[in-house]
Amino acid sequence: MSAMLNTDPNIADADDFYEALIDMHRDLTADESRLVNAKLILLLANHIGDRAVLRDAMARARDGVGAGRAAATPR
Amino acid sequence: MSGTDFQTLRLAYARSADQDAAMPVHHPVVIVGAGPVGLALAIDLAQHGVRALVLDDDDKLSAGSRAICFAKRTLEICDRLGVGDRLVAKGVSWNVGKVHFQDELAYAFDLLPETGHRRPAFINLQQYYFEGYLYERARAMQGLEVRWKNRVVAVEPHGDRVVLAVETPEGTYRVEADYAVACDGSKSPLRTMLGQEAKGRVFHDRFLIADVKMNADFPAERWFWFDPPFHRNQSVLLHMQPDNVWRIDFQLGWDVDPDEERKPERVVPRVKALLGEDAQFEFEWISVYTFACQRMERFVHGRVIFAGDSAHGVSPFGARGANSGVQDADNLAWKLALVLEGKAPAALLDSYAAEREYAADENIRHSTRSTDFITPKTEVSRSFRDAVLKLAKEHPFARRLVNSGRLSLPATLAASPLNTPDGDAFSGTMVPGATIADAPVRTGGRDGWFLGHTGNRFTVVHFSAGGEPAPEVLAGLSALADAAIPVAAVVVVGKGTVSRAAQPGASAAAAAVAELDRAAVLEDAEALLAQRFDARDGTTYLIRPDQHVCARWRRFDPASIRAALARATCNT
Ligand SMILES: Cc1cc2nc3c(=O)[nH]c(=O)nc-3n(C[C@H](O)[C@H](O)[C@H](O)COP(=O)(O)OP(=O)(O)OC[C@H]3O[C@@H](n4cnc5c(N)ncnc54)[C@H](O)[C@@H]3O)c2cc1C
Repeated sequence: MSAMLNTDPNIADADDFYEALIDMHRDLTADESRLVNAKLILLLANHIGDRAVLRDAMARARDGVGAGRAAATPR
Repeated sequence: MSGTDFQTLRLAYARSADQDAAMPVHHPVVIVGAGPVGLALAIDLAQHGVRALVLDDDDKLSAGSRAICFAKRTLEICDRLGVGDRLVAKGVSWNVGKVHFQDELAYAFDLLPETGHRRPAFINLQQYYFEGYLYERARAMQGLEVRWKNRVVAVEPHGDRVVLAVETPEGTYRVEADYAVACDGSKSPLRTMLGQEAKGRVFHDRFLIADVKMNADFPAERWFWFDPPFHRNQSVLLHMQPDNVWRIDFQLGWDVDPDEERKPERVVPRVKALLGEDAQFEFEWISVYTFACQRMERFVHGRVIFAGDSAHGVSPFGARGANSGVQDADNLAWKLALVLEGKAPAALLDSYAAEREYAADENIRHSTRSTDFITPKTEVSRSFRDAVLKLAKEHPFARRLVNSGRLSLPATLAASPLNTPDGDAFSGTMVPGATIADAPVRTGGRDGWFLGHTGNRFTVVHFSAGGEPAPEVLAGLSALADAAIPVAAVVVVGKGTVSRAAQPGASAAAAAVAELDRAAVLEDAEALLAQRFDARDGTTYLIRPDQHVCARWRRFDPASIRAALARATCNT
């Protein structure tokens, strides 16, 4: 059975993590930030590996944003 | 023969007796178009003893290179058609690819092909050689005629035949056929004549091809650049062909004037930006192209059957156009032959449509993905693309995401109605619907290849580890060879056991092998065959004439084989 996306609190020092996330973008243009975010997502996605978990995360991320259904259901 | 210049070759129009006949002369099969697909199909049909007439509106082979990458499966089919050796002898083989991003090398890969296959993963060869070799093979065959400068201008479908109007330099005549196969390319006049269309996605991008001749000492590698300093924001591909010809492919974007861009004075600076100011080269072919990923909804329309680019189109990334078209021909030829001989119902041709439509979808999916990676359509898609390329330099996981064209592999037709689903347990990739794997074998004291002992006919492959198949197996194989649709027999014996089996009088079974003499007895020279087929003593496969698996069992059972054969030919 494949794992479920864990949406329970799971990061030990949440404030610390959040600060680091924002700091990661310091002094970057919007374009550069988008690139850094993309790299981060790819690194984390590879770490997770499980396609069902990734699909679930994409669907939740897209949920309620923009028009239409979530596009994040790659075959 | 090898000295023929296929680029300048002119194929003369000749008047045929059909043009003087009062009534349209009847042919079993008329193939419209002498491109790679039409020629491959004609040869295949002729090998099955079906007379094929090929009509082509032109008097030349492919103008310019167009296709340059021919994949392993195509080479294997060409082995069956009798031109594999020529293709491989002339073609360039390569294994190393380099992917550059912006100013630097992102990574290099070595395809390190798996050993124990006769043919490499692919070769690079100009399309006019590919067509030229097929044409020379076709010309040497009985019952195969190619008429140049014969343009089909009208099609008249009937329930039991089709009539074609053909325009020639000496006027128009008509021919009749049981079946017409439209191998008339991406613009397919026959498709239009039948009121059909190919639908899909058109890409708003233009690419410039410059095939240049030069004495460069670049290695035989595939070099791909994303966003290089010498061609900002676009991609570039450099690839080697025989005769010191190099393919350079520049992405141009949509907003350029194709007529301007193909002028040599515009192309020279682009090439020099890549090769250096002092580079010495001549142009062999310059072209600006666009592409679409699309297909017809159905490939079979009564007595008119579509194959190759007429039926489906893909982007050139991943080299799937000619490669998949040749597989269409491979799939269709034996089915047409059986239907024309009255040994299978026309429903068998519907399986051609079902199988190749499925394969076209797979090819379209792969080439669309490559295209979206190479030419991202949105800012965020571009960011992910660049992120992948940045990470690829250090992280192997990201290299797997880089998609500058995936290797063209044959589709596994796992859902085909012609397959008999497994009843016994097997592992590995040789599932019903897969194309069979090659492996080295020894027979009659000589080294050879497994694939060469299959194809053209249905074949039962029986694994007999000890070298001595039981007498009832041999009797069963013999009976299958005499069936209405004959099934050839291949017995695969374990390494080092063949001499025992072949010794006269060594056993009843051995004597039967000698007597049978219709079964090819192959020694599994490196034990790869049993491994690749997950075979044990007794394992038996039924293989289609196009070298796809149709069924498999853990023991030899003639009744099951007959049932699977009936299913694979729609005789149920
Ligand atoms: C730039 C480029 C690069 C490519 N690279 C690759 C690659 O690396 N690998 C690969 O596999 N594929 C590649 N392809 C695709 C490949 O060239 C085509 O898929 C292939 O030529 C299709 O073969 P075909 O026989 O279906 O059609 P075609 O080769 O187009 O042949 C159709 C024939 O029909 C004839 N015809 C048309 N209308 C009529 C009529 N009314 N009457 C009689 N005859 C007619 C034409 O004259 C022509 O000879 C590439 C294509 C391009 C443009």
